[in-house]
Amino acid sequence: MNFIMQPWTWYLSGTVIAFVMFLMLYFGKVFGVSSFFRNICAACGAGKRIKYFDFDWKSQMWNAWFLVGAIIGGFISAHYLTNGDPILISKATIVDLKALGLSSPVSMQPDELFGVHVLSTFKGWMVLLGGGLLIGFGTRYANGCTSGHAISGLSNLQLPSLIAVIGFFIGGLIMTHFLLPYLLP
Amino acid sequence: MKALKFILIGIVFGIVMSKSEAISWYRIQEMFRFQSFHMYGIIGTAVLLGIIIVQLIKRFDLKDFKGNSIVIAPKEKGFVRALAGGTLFGLGWALTGACPGPLFVNLGYGFLTFAVVIIGAIAGAWLYGYFQDKLPH
Repeated sequence: MNFIMQPWTWYLSGTVIAFVMFLMLYFGKVFGVSSFFRNICAACGAGKRIKYFDFDWKSQMWNAWFLVGAIIGGFISAHYLTNGDPILISKATIVDLKALGLSSPVSMQPDELFGVHVLSTFKGWMVLLGGGLLIGFGTRYANGCTSGHAISGLSNLQLPSLIAVIGFFIGGLIMTHFLLPYLLP
Repeated sequence: MKALKFILIGIVFGIVMSKSEAISWYRIQEMFRFQSFHMYGIIGTAVLLGIIIVQLIKRFDLKDFKGNSIVIAPKEKGFVRALAGGTLFGLGWALTGACPGPLFVNLGYGFLTFAVVIIGAIAGAWLYGYFQDKLPH
């Protein structure tokens, strides 16, 4: 049982993710998460004024159910499948993040960015809300995210997906190496 | 019953993403700093197996649970939208350390501030819909 409580290896993780993609195909859907953001706008009635949201969102409910499962899965991991060890990222990353004023990892996420206390600071809101805006706007503009483009799209050898994934990395590298030092609380 | 199978698949996804630490901001930082193979291994394995799975489906015309051929619609074309949208998403991915799936896994894991990121993402999707006609694709 011990191996279940420890962090899982990349090859197990990648294999299970590919299996999840296959299961979605087997059940007649293409694995992709970010369309949920469009669906929920549509479900809230945004389709009355904006044609992008005027579609049969009820047929896309599987997306919401999948994410309900994702939330439950996260809960199960945190409460029943963990030994509480700090996550072992590379020394070089710890050094880099220290230079940015972050402490060594003690849990899955840095408290400096995601602790509830950040909600009392402007920079905290900027990271959470601003990051969310970029994710929602960017994935809908690109027509997919890591699951829809990087996993489903690349698996199906789609050129638009390759371009999108290159974009993901351009944006990620700009943020990590140029912008992050100014945005961290 | 329709919902249950997607909830179960979601649970598997949530567990594997958190147990392999792919939902961690630290792991995404490590990836964008090229200081570990971990995330590349996860994505690389998933894509490699994914390509094999899709090829098998096409070659052997595998059927879905209803007995229909599995057809994967091609992604819509558009160079500008893929690159510009992808870059904007990449900025958000590196900032919050989470792509859309992990936002929800993190919420379940107990990091409640991710609710703010999710609200931001919904607002971002709405903004895209509002400005869609004015954007180059």
